[in-house]
Amino acid sequence: MVTAAATAADNPWFSWSYVTENADVLWARTTEHALLTIEAVAIAALVAIPLGLLASRVRWLAGPLLGTASILYTVPSLALFAILAPIMGIGRQPVLLGLVLYALLVILRNTVTGLDGVDPAAVDAARGVGHGPLQVLARVRLPNALPSIVAGLRLATVTTVALVTVGVVVGYGGLGQLMFQGFRNNFYRAEIMTATIACVLLALVLDLLLWAAGRALTPWLRGRSA
Amino acid sequence: MSALAPPFVAAEGTGVVGEAITYLNDPLSWTGPGGILELGREHLALTAAAVLVAAVVALPVGAWLGHGRRGGGVTVWLTNASRAVPTLGIILLLATAGLFGDGATVVAAALFAVPVLLVNTYEGVRGADPSARDAAVGLGMPGRQVLTRVELPLATALVAAGVRTAVVQVSATVPLAALAGGGGLGQIIALGMGTQRYGQVLAGGILVAALALVLDGVFAVVQRLVTPAPLRAAARR
Repeated sequence: MVTAAATAADNPWFSWSYVTENADVLWARTTEHALLTIEAVAIAALVAIPLGLLASRVRWLAGPLLGTASILYTVPSLALFAILAPIMGIGRQPVLLGLVLYALLVILRNTVTGLDGVDPAAVDAARGVGHGPLQVLARVRLPNALPSIVAGLRLATVTTVALVTVGVVVGYGGLGQLMFQGFRNNFYRAEIMTATIACVLLALVLDLLLWAAGRALTPWLRGRSA
Repeated sequence: MSALAPPFVAAEGTGVVGEAITYLNDPLSWTGPGGILELGREHLALTAAAVLVAAVVALPVGAWLGHGRRGGGVTVWLTNASRAVPTLGIILLLATAGLFGDGATVVAAALFAVPVLLVNTYEGVRGADPSARDAAVGLGMPGRQVLTRVELPLATALVAAGVRTAVVQVSATVPLAALAGGGGLGQIIALGMGTQRYGQVLAGGILVAALALVLDGVFAVVQRLVTPAPLRAAARR
């Protein structure tokens, strides 16, 4: 259905018939894309948030931790995948690890910034009413740092959705597979365009979900300007 | 090529790391047409061209918006939205529009460098110390002079930071264009994937990564040099 139609004369930038005829493939790639993104950000959060807590406690660790994360962030995604794939094998694993390494910096930085911004008076008050260090962390420091952490998670998620497409170079790119396939398939524009739009929409949806989750978790901030 | 690559087969013996070292140690990989040196030069030229194109657009617009203190919402929105757009999709779409090779590489990379430069220039100019601005106005400077002699010099730190980010980002975007026939070091990765020489893919990845890290380091120094000493603390934000 794709090949013969995609001549120069009949190669629209967008076509609904492409979307409806390939709905199942589009859905499968979008799900694959979304799951990879969620998994990568979740793993990165599980690593970066505790590291952020540690860095806000042990001050001298903050520099080396943030420095390492920003070096990883500076390495181009394509290069990272190209380094990981020959070692780990082609497919999902190197892409996942690459995405995790990328997402670390944003989450780590926002966690540290958030914890640093907690009002010392609030921490003192919590200690004054007899809270131990763990209680202070769970009841005062983390809730106060939450908006900054959620902002980091949102930024990491949006960036990761766009980065997944680069995974096509090592054979696992979610919607990126469709972009590249359309390119190789006589420049089938509708396929590339649909995958690109789907990618932006996915980033938007995941961002909205995280925004809503952050809002639900911080009821005391409602009514203030976001 | 890459999308249809068969399941990875672990190379026997020395493995891909050994192959990568062999490739990087071979003088023939470096010299001659299509060698690492030529591709590296091409990579740098494409990066410079894209950053220049982006700067020509973003710096005047950012300075003008920052001077008038308007459009802040739009610049921030543009920066955030650009993060969600997959670069690969735009590069491939440009290619199907007939924009191929080096021209497409420069346009695509410049597109993604504009928001970074725009937002930093805007914030730098808008954030110039209001008392310095007031003093300049009090001296009778017209608006254009306030911008060029007060606001822009005060914005140097942030503009330089933006240029550094843009350079690193563009040098990371250029290899993506190699998938659509563009030049630069990305060709080593694309070719290696196409021919299933994974040692070469690894070597290409190392080269692209090294180039980005070196550029980041060089521009960190440049950023420090062009920032007037009293403003250096602000540049570390």
